[in-house]
Amino acid sequence: MSELHPPPTIEEFYKFCSLRKLMAVRCMKCRHLMVPPRTICSQCHSSRVEWAQLGSKGKLVTYTIVHVAPTLFNHMAPYAVGIVEMPEEVRLPSIIRTSRLESLKIGMELELDFSPRPQDPSWPQWPRYFFKETA
Amino acid sequence: MRAKPLATIVSAGVSKFGRREGLYARELFTEAALEAFHRLENVDPGKDIKAAFIGQMSEAYEHQSHTAPIAANWAGLLPAAATRVEDACASSGAALRCGIMAIMSGFYDIVMVGGVEKMTNQPTPEVTTILASAADFPFEQWNGMTFPGLFALMATSHMHEYGTTEEQLAKVAVKNHKHGVLNPKAHMQREITLDEVMKSRPVCWPLKLYDCSLITDGASCLILTKPKLAKKLTDNRVQIIGTGQAQDTFLLHERDSFTSVKAAKSAAQEAYKMSDIKPKDINVAEVHDCFTIAEIIAYEDLGFCRPGQGGKFVESGTTALGGSLPVNTSGGLKSKGHPVGATGTAQIYELYLQLTGQAERRQVPDAEIGLAHNLGGSGATAVVHILRSD
Repeated sequence: MSELHPPPTIEEFYKFCSLRKLMAVRCMKCRHLMVPPRTICSQCHSSRVEWAQLGSKGKLVTYTIVHVAPTLFNHMAPYAVGIVEMPEEVRLPSIIRTSRLESLKIGMELELDFSPRPQDPSWPQWPRYFFKETA
Repeated sequence: MRAKPLATIVSAGVSKFGRREGLYARELFTEAALEAFHRLENVDPGKDIKAAFIGQMSEAYEHQSHTAPIAANWAGLLPAAATRVEDACASSGAALRCGIMAIMSGFYDIVMVGGVEKMTNQPTPEVTTILASAADFPFEQWNGMTFPGLFALMATSHMHEYGTTEEQLAKVAVKNHKHGVLNPKAHMQREITLDEVMKSRPVCWPLKLYDCSLITDGASCLILTKPKLAKKLTDNRVQIIGTGQAQDTFLLHERDSFTSVKAAKSAAQEAYKMSDIKPKDINVAEVHDCFTIAEIIAYEDLGFCRPGQGGKFVESGTTALGGSLPVNTSGGLKSKGHPVGATGTAQIYELYLQLTGQAERRQVPDAEIGLAHNLGGSGATAVVHILRSD
């Protein structure tokens, strides 16, 4: 069992986001980084993991522009989502904020930012990390 | 070596696919079951079918869970053991595997497997939300990802890495609609032009409306038995000679590649090895074209063409009716429709018709070996079956 504090859970990942910290979990045996966090390493199955803070720069690996959105995101459409690769060698899915959707390109540099937790009283009360074009 | 059959399909049925207003899932399933019963007059369903494994993705459409006993009840199978199987869009592919294992173990002599989904009673944003529930909630759904969105991420990667074009994606849709015209059970029996696909409104760029499968109501089922018993029941028999299932990371961003589906490659290898069949031996295939890009990647993952060549492969005409390896003669998910839970066994239904010479206007001449490729989610689940006429 992992004795990591705080525990490597999704809830704790989002608590870090509310402190404007993007955190992965690193396997202490094989050094593999994981987002979302979890107790058992997806590569070597060791259960010794630690939190590791990621930097604020990433690269766009692939993306799409969502025109037909789920109910919750209808007001935002069209919007971009993609997969971002961090220099620490871990990837994560993210909303990509840009004023010009047509300017998105695979390989472009992106910058991390956070939005506040939703005001809606229903579960879940998670803030969001997202990526945007570098200034 | 000629591979031994695992189980034999002795009958199959599907409901009409489409917008089936006023019909519940259980009623659609009964429609499919009745076709299967009519094809197999030597079997008394209520007495002889001892178990049913029924795929269904979501209880959200009809506010109804515990659906397998309802389907079994309406189909007149009581008191047969009935269990729902859920692996998103691969639910009935996985249900078929449960049926094969039930037969192979010797536990039952005759079982029914199938699937059903009632979808059109919900508005499109709600259907999009329900389908997205088969993607990871805290990271994918929370970040605005949808199902077309996940496949669009693969399409963008495939286009970037191999130069695949939006026109090549569109050609999958044009081909499958052309096939669907020949299938009276298909949802949309209408040809579409390349221009119509290219000009259709964007859903998740680069995927447009006509790159996406349809929101459809429908059900499908098969009756399986032991190979030895099959000969006594009917002359229209198809043997299952290979089955494979594999999983990959649930979240797309953790995969090694976005241009292939590793689980599909593993499942195919397992099924090919079990059946001692090679890609070149396949005469007809039904692949999971939930989005056009998925059919292009399926060609590559199944070994029909080399990685990156899927776009050119569809352009070559090989996979159209009349080509050397017709794919999705039913019209595929694209034009036949994709009632999620019903899709896996509806693919097998098409192969059953093809391999027993009952596919009428879309019959592939002398088809002997067929393959079905069924994906769940963005490829966290893949199920592959190889069938042989008996």
